[in-house]
Amino acid sequence: MDGERSAVSGTRPLLEVADLVVHFTRRTGLFGTRRETVQAVNGVSFAIGRRETLGLVGESGCGKTTLARAVLHLVERTSGTVRFDGADLAALRPAELRRARRRLQIVFQDPYASLNPRMTIGRAVREGLEVHRLARGAEADRRVRALLEEVGLPADAADAYPHEFSGGQRQRAGIARALAVEPELLVCDEPVSALDVSVQAQVLNLLADLQVRRGLSYLFISHDLAVVRHVAPRVAVMYLGRIVEEGPADALYAAPRHPYTQALLSAVPVPDPTTRRARIVLPGDPPSPVHPPAGCPFHPRCPHPAKDQTCLTVRPELTQLAPGHRVACHKA
Amino acid sequence: MRALRRGWLRFRAHRAAVAAGLLVAVLAIAAAFAPLVAPADPLAQPDPVALQNQPPSAAHLLGTDRFSRDVLSRIVYGARVSLGVGAAAALLAVTVGALVGLAAGLASPAVDQLLMRSVDVALALPRVFLILLVLALWENAPPWVVVLLIALTGWFQTSRVVRALVLRLRESEFVQAARALGSGRPGLVRRHLLPHLAPTIIVSATLDVGNIILLESGLSYLGLGIRPPAPSWGNMIQDGKDQLFSAPWVAAAPGLALLVTVVAFNLFGDGLQAAFDPRDRR
Repeated sequence: MDGERSAVSGTRPLLEVADLVVHFTRRTGLFGTRRETVQAVNGVSFAIGRRETLGLVGESGCGKTTLARAVLHLVERTSGTVRFDGADLAALRPAELRRARRRLQIVFQDPYASLNPRMTIGRAVREGLEVHRLARGAEADRRVRALLEEVGLPADAADAYPHEFSGGQRQRAGIARALAVEPELLVCDEPVSALDVSVQAQVLNLLADLQVRRGLSYLFISHDLAVVRHVAPRVAVMYLGRIVEEGPADALYAAPRHPYTQALLSAVPVPDPTTRRARIVLPGDPPSPVHPPAGCPFHPRCPHPAKDQTCLTVRPELTQLAPGHRVACHKA
Repeated sequence: MRALRRGWLRFRAHRAAVAAGLLVAVLAIAAAFAPLVAPADPLAQPDPVALQNQPPSAAHLLGTDRFSRDVLSRIVYGARVSLGVGAAAALLAVTVGALVGLAAGLASPAVDQLLMRSVDVALALPRVFLILLVLALWENAPPWVVVLLIALTGWFQTSRVVRALVLRLRESEFVQAARALGSGRPGLVRRHLLPHLAPTIIVSATLDVGNIILLESGLSYLGLGIRPPAPSWGNMIQDGKDQLFSAPWVAAAPGLALLVTVVAFNLFGDGLQAAFDPRDRR
């Protein structure tokens, strides 16, 4: 997916996320008297330019999906801003928000859950056209068929129900639904994780084609570093609700600076059996986002030999190490 | 269309439900066309002395009661009351329940809590005593009052079930996708929520009809529902209970009609449930 790199300097990025925080409060205990706060997203900042792809990796539970939904304003943010083409979605009035929604769309992970089982594919794709009054009647039918063909589905798929299709075909239908409203940014939340490897490649190629043809920007979320490398020229690594490292894919994959990124990369299988690499195995599980550790969120599992008192007490900020390469580690 | 046909295949597999559905249809038609179906006027008393408590015969297929009225005709007209009250009250109850459930499921947590805790309180009230109290104070209450009382005390369970479904659906990815597309709340409800709630609502309404018919008969038996001389299965059983041994058909015939109808509605409801559930592979 070789869209042009970042936006031309001087023009503002398409999507600008600044200090985004999303906390969920839930009541627990026998009578719901105890409250606990899940700190799903904890101060995330990044930007995506037009025709650019940002890959976002992290293990399950690190807040990737919540981040995706907060970007689309599907969950309330606790603080911070999400600016799309300069406008803060949270500040828009409901009618304006609905109009703005056209411009950023989402493709979900589970192609079985993301399509309404009681709606034909055609009606699902048509929904966006109707909501935004883009087309009606025969013109809408024509647009639906064109969209289905564009994503590689037969035109008569419009009359079929989701359960009549395979996972890959459903994911294509989900992409067609998102494209119907002609978005500029597509948030792909693990779009291929539920698919067979052979089908993954087809869907990834489709996304790459669409980017070129339609000039799309992608926020591409995945737990699979190999997939992200294939797709994104720029990658951000997320751990426990925070971005711990962000940089150009080449630099980040060749020389990861954050101990967590190093551990993640050491776990990616290498197709060459003669290559031997030291595998970094992290002790323990990620801490609960209800009680994130003080200091560096990664310190309880950090294998860095120079780990010291600072790591336990002071949270490292993302700092620039090389142009466009930011790391949140005291020892990097 | 395909989904509809598969649903019919699943429903058909439940033989008892098919029979029950036919029976419900026959009853409904008989009730609707009672003047054509009934052999006699249900209120006519041709000869209260000579023709009272006649056993079943060719002239009176189910005999006559102590006022010489034709029992079969009274059952047919009584079906109007039973099915009418049952259907009207069930429809009203399920509508109110679905609306409250939808509102609670989509509203803010505070409103949701308020609605659901009120439902908890309402569920703790003894329904039958509440209805008896009002009907005992309101003498000769018209049938619509009975319908209203039954409906307004019968929607709580439906509202809970609908709310739970809405909460689950609200978080599903296809609803999230629709929100991302910019669908407003009315569109979400119409396109994504109602099609998923409809099976539950329809099944719940069907099962309710049986229960409500039973409840109305109980009220009429106690003399508080449909008042004589208008025939209702409940007040007919009441009428016949004094001659249970000398003329058993007077009480037994409406009793049997009641039993069969309630069982039919329950079986029909079960069959519908299976028809709506794609996982049912019987």
